[in-house]
Amino acid sequence: MTISRRGFLAGAAAGTAGLVVSFYVPGAARAAAMTPTPASPTPNAFLRIGSDDSVTVVLAHAEMGQGIWTGLAMLIAEELDCDWAKVRSEHAPAAPVYGFPGMGLQMTGGSSSTNGEFDRYRTVGATAKAMLLRAAAARWKTSPAKLTAQNGVIAFGGKTLRYGEVAAAAMALPPPKSVTLKEPKAWRLIGTAVRRLDTPEKITGRAQFGIDVAFPGLRTAVVLRPPAFGATLQSFDGSDALTIPGVEQVVKTANGVAVIAAHFWAAKLGRDAVRATWSTPEGGGVSTAALLASFRDLAEREGAVVATTGDLKPTLAGAARTLDATYEVPYLAHAPMEPLNCTVKIDGDRCEIWTGTQFPTVDQGAAAAILGTTPDKVTIHTPFLGGGFGRRGNPASDFVAEAVTVAKAAGVPVKVIWTREDDVRGGYYRPAYVHRVRVGVDAAGAPAAWHHVVVGQSILVGTPFEKFAVHNGVDATSVEGIADSPYLEHTAAKHVSLHSPRTPITVLWWRSVGHTHTAFAMESMIDELAHAAGQDPLAYRLALLAGKPRFARALETAAKEAGWSTPPPAGRARGLAVHEAFGSIVAEVAEVSIEDGRIKVHAVTAAVDCGTAVNPLGIEAQVQGAIAFGLTAALHGKLTIEGGAVVESNFHDYPMLRMFEMPAIRVHVLASDAPMGGIGEPATPPVAPAVANAVFALTRQRLRTLPLRLAPEAR
Amino acid sequence: MAIKLHVNGAVREVDAPDDMPLLWVLRDLLQLSGTKYGCGMAQCGACTVHLDGQPVRACVTPVATVGARKVTTIEGLSPDGSHPVQQAWAEVDVVQCGYCQSGQIMTAVALLAKRPDPTDADIDAALSGNICRCGTYVRVREAVHVAARLQRGGK
Amino acid sequence: MRSAAMIALALVACGNARSPAAPVPAAPDRAAGVAAFATVRAVLQHPRCQNCHPAGDAPLQGDDSHAHAMNVQRGPEGRGRPGEECTTCHGPANPPSNYGLHVPPGAIEGWRMPPPEQPLTFVGVAPRALCEQIKDPARNGGRDLAALRAHLDTPLVTWGWAPGFGRAPVSTPYPAFIAAWETWAAAGAPCPE
Repeated sequence: MTISRRGFLAGAAAGTAGLVVSFYVPGAARAAAMTPTPASPTPNAFLRIGSDDSVTVVLAHAEMGQGIWTGLAMLIAEELDCDWAKVRSEHAPAAPVYGFPGMGLQMTGGSSSTNGEFDRYRTVGATAKAMLLRAAAARWKTSPAKLTAQNGVIAFGGKTLRYGEVAAAAMALPPPKSVTLKEPKAWRLIGTAVRRLDTPEKITGRAQFGIDVAFPGLRTAVVLRPPAFGATLQSFDGSDALTIPGVEQVVKTANGVAVIAAHFWAAKLGRDAVRATWSTPEGGGVSTAALLASFRDLAEREGAVVATTGDLKPTLAGAARTLDATYEVPYLAHAPMEPLNCTVKIDGDRCEIWTGTQFPTVDQGAAAAILGTTPDKVTIHTPFLGGGFGRRGNPASDFVAEAVTVAKAAGVPVKVIWTREDDVRGGYYRPAYVHRVRVGVDAAGAPAAWHHVVVGQSILVGTPFEKFAVHNGVDATSVEGIADSPYLEHTAAKHVSLHSPRTPITVLWWRSVGHTHTAFAMESMIDELAHAAGQDPLAYRLALLAGKPRFARALETAAKEAGWSTPPPAGRARGLAVHEAFGSIVAEVAEVSIEDGRIKVHAVTAAVDCGTAVNPLGIEAQVQGAIAFGLTAALHGKLTIEGGAVVESNFHDYPMLRMFEMPAIRVHVLASDAPMGGIGEPATPPVAPAVANAVFALTRQRLRTLPLRLAPEAR
Repeated sequence: MAIKLHVNGAVREVDAPDDMPLLWVLRDLLQLSGTKYGCGMAQCGACTVHLDGQPVRACVTPVATVGARKVTTIEGLSPDGSHPVQQAWAEVDVVQCGYCQSGQIMTAVALLAKRPDPTDADIDAALSGNICRCGTYVRVREAVHVAARLQRGGK
Repeated sequence: MRSAAMIALALVACGNARSPAAPVPAAPDRAAGVAAFATVRAVLQHPRCQNCHPAGDAPLQGDDSHAHAMNVQRGPEGRGRPGEECTTCHGPANPPSNYGLHVPPGAIEGWRMPPPEQPLTFVGVAPRALCEQIKDPARNGGRDLAALRAHLDTPLVTWGWAPGFGRAPVSTPYPAFIAAWETWAAAGAPCPE
C-alpha cells in the first residue's frame, strides 16, 4: 500500500464531512457516553456518515478472513437503516476506546468480535439514526417521531432527505441519552445472507496486507533468528551480506541479526550470507520426542486439581469395566498464508507501525516501551490480515517488538518480512499435549468415574493474561471442555488434573485453543465407551445428553443430514463428534475411506448452534474453513524439534490441506434463541475426533495420536 | 542490470539481477503487490502469474528467464474486476482473508482456458497447487463452475 | 528424468557408432551385456530417474520416492493437467542455488512424464521386465535402439546428473552409465533371466 500520510488524512477528511459517532471511554469500561466530536476523522469514531451519503464503519477488530468487515457493518446498518450499497468498513487505529466492552483490551480473538460487539455496534447505528432524524425533523419543523427512514432516505409527508444532506446538521446535535434497539423480528439485515464487502479488493489484487506496505524511503529487512530454542547470539559477521547488491545495513536485534536492503530479495540473500555463532542450548536443546516421553511420565501422576467430584477411587474400583487410553497431539505452527511482517517508521518520539495484528494496543505498548515513549505516540495502522489464527495476537508482541528494534537500530523505516521458513520455525506454537484418561463404566456402559490427567505447556503463564485465567496452577485454557463436558453431567466421580511443564518452546493460542486437544480426547474416549458398550455411537451419546437439548439437537441434526441411519457407501464409514467452544455448539459427522493407504475424508456434515446467526453466509464460510483447519491438524500437522531446532520448515514438510483433500461440506445453521456464541473457531475441534471415530468404525483401529497415522496393516 | 519485461500490456524496464525471482521484481520493483509471497518454493501457488497465458509460480522464476513472454498478473486480468472468474468469485462469496486468492484466480483462469467446462476432478487437479489456509476450497470449486458458465455467456 | 527412461533403450549398433572415444572392440558376449544391464537398471531405478516413471499416474519426489505433493498427475500428455502442468512449477532450468533447498528443478525441454499410452514404468519393475519394456518400441515411445541412445543425450535425461542445488545426482556417473548402456546394446541388449 502506498501511503502518503498527508494524502491519507486529507482524503479521509474530504470524504467524511458529516456525522461522526464516537465513544468517549473513561478508562477501559464500557462506553457510558457518546459524543459527536467537532473534528473529523476522530480517533475514536465508530461511524462516519459523509455528505455524499457514504457510511463508513470503523472496526474495533481486525478482518483476518472471518468476515467481520461485513458482519460488524451489518450491525450498524441494521439500526441505521442506511443504503447497504453505501457502506464501507475500515480498521480502527489502536486506541483504548476500541477496547473490548467490559475488557479494555483491543483485540481480535476468542471468536468474540460479533457477539462481543453485538450491542455496541447496534447502539452506534441507532444513535446515528436518532440524530439524523432529529436533524431532519428540525429542518421540516416537525417531530422525529413522525418521520420514517429507510435505505438512507428520511421521508415525511411526501418530502425526502438523504442521510448525507442532514449529516452535518446532525453532527451539531447532542446525542440521545439512550436509544431503543430493534426487536429481532424487525431485523431486515441481521439473519440474512449478505455477501462480503471486501471482495472487490480481494479479487483484483488491490487489497492491502501488511506485506504490501510501501512508501518512499521504506527498506525491507530479513532477520536471522536463533537456530534453536535456547540458543543465544554469540557473534556475527555481516561482511559477506554487505557485498550483496541492494544490502545497505546489517544490525543486531535482541537475539539475532537483521539485514536491511532495498528490497526483499537482497535482504533475504543478505540474511542467508550472515555468518553467526550461537550458544548451544542447555542440555543440547529440547527435543519433542524426549518432551513427549516426559509428558507421558507426568501423566501417570496427579497434577494441579482442575475439578473433582465424588469419590474417584472406589467408584473406579466398583466399575463394571474400566477403559484406559492416552491421547496425544503435537506442537503446531499457525502458518497463516501471509507470512509475518511488520513495518515501522520512527520519527523522534513518535512511531508509526503498519502490521496485521490481532493485538494492536498490546503491540502499541510494546513499541512504546522499546522507544521510551508513551503508547499514545505510537500509531498502529492495521491493513488486512492474511490469516491470523492466533499467531498475530501475541502477548509478547514478538514480531512487532523485533521490527521496532530493527527500525530503531537501522535509523530508517523498515519492513521486516519473515520468510515461510522463519514463520514455521519461529516459535509460538500450539503446545503439544498428552491426555491420560481412565474411565469406569456402569452396567449400562455409561461413565460412572472419569479420571483425566492433562499434560502440556500453559499458553498464559508468564503473560499479562496469567492473572485472569490461571488459578491454583491451572490454566483454564489447557483444560477447557473436559470437566464441563456435557457427557459427564451424571458421572458420579470426576477427577481432572493438570501438569503445565515449562519448556524453552514458545507457545500460543491456536484456532480454538484448548479445545483443539480436549475435544479430541473427550470425543475419542466417548466413542471408545460407546463401542465398548456395544452401542451405536449416536445413540450412546444421545443417552448421555438427555438433559442437554442443544447438544442433542446439534448431534441429531448432523447425524440425520449425514444419513447416519443408512449405511455409508461400500468401503466407507462415518464417525461423529460434538463439542462446545466459545459459546457455540458444533456437531460434525465425517465420512471416510482408506485410499492408497491414506485416510480420505469424503464429506463432513456440520450442525451449528451459535445462537443468533448474524450472517448465515459468513457462518457457513467459517464452518467450512474451521473444518479445513482442523483437518490439516488431523491429517498432516506435526512439528518436530531436535536439539532445540525445528525440523520442518515450509509447506513441503509441514503440509496444509489442499483442494483435492477437501471434503464436501454441508453446514446446517440451527435456528436458536441461545445467547450468541462465536463462530470463527468452534467448528475446528470436532473434526479430528469425528475422523478418528470414522476410521475406527472402518478399520477397528483406534488412532489416539494426531496427526492420524494408520498402522501399516490397515493401509 | 536492465531487463525489459512485458507486464500487463505494457513494457517495463527494471534494474534487477538476473536471478531475482519474478515475484519480487513484480512486488518490489514494479509495485504490483497483488501477486503474493507465501512460500518461495512453488508449494503454495500464491504467486501464480501467467507467462504467455501459461500459469507459472513467480517465486521460482528467475526474472532473466522470462524473456519476451508476456506477464499477466492479477492486476492485468481486468481493469475493474469484471473478468468472468472475478465475477464468479464475487457471486459465490469465495474470499476470506484473501491473501491466496490472486493465485487461486490466476490458476482458475488458466484452467478454464484449456477446460471451458471443467469437472470437479479437473478443478481439484488444477487447484491443488494453491493452498488456502482459510479453507475456501468448497467455494473455489463452486466458483470455477460459475465462471465456466459466465464464460460461455450464461447467466 | 522420465525421458531418461525412454532413452534407456539405446540400441546397440547405433550406440556404438555414436560413442566417440571407443574403438570398436569385438561385440561383448551376452553375459557381459547382462552384467552391464545391471548398471543400466540401477540408473533407471535411481530416484532421479524413476520418480517420473512411477507405477500409476502420480509422479514421485525425493530420495525416498514419495508421492509428489499437490496430487500431481501425469495428465493426458504426460505434462500434468490443465492449470497444474509440470511447467507451472518446473521451469526451463534448475533455479539458482540461492533459491534454497527443495525448489522444483527444471529443464530446457520442458518437464514432463511419459504419456499415458506408454507410461514406461520403472518403479518396482523386475530387471527382466524392465529390460524388455525399454526395448519394446510399442511401449517406449516407438524408439529403436538408435533412437534410444540418442535420447540419452537429451536434457531431461542428463538432468539426472545435474539435478540442482541440494539434490543428489544419479549415483552411477554418467560416463559409466553410457558405457554400460553401450556394452549392453553391443551385446544385443540381452535381458537378465
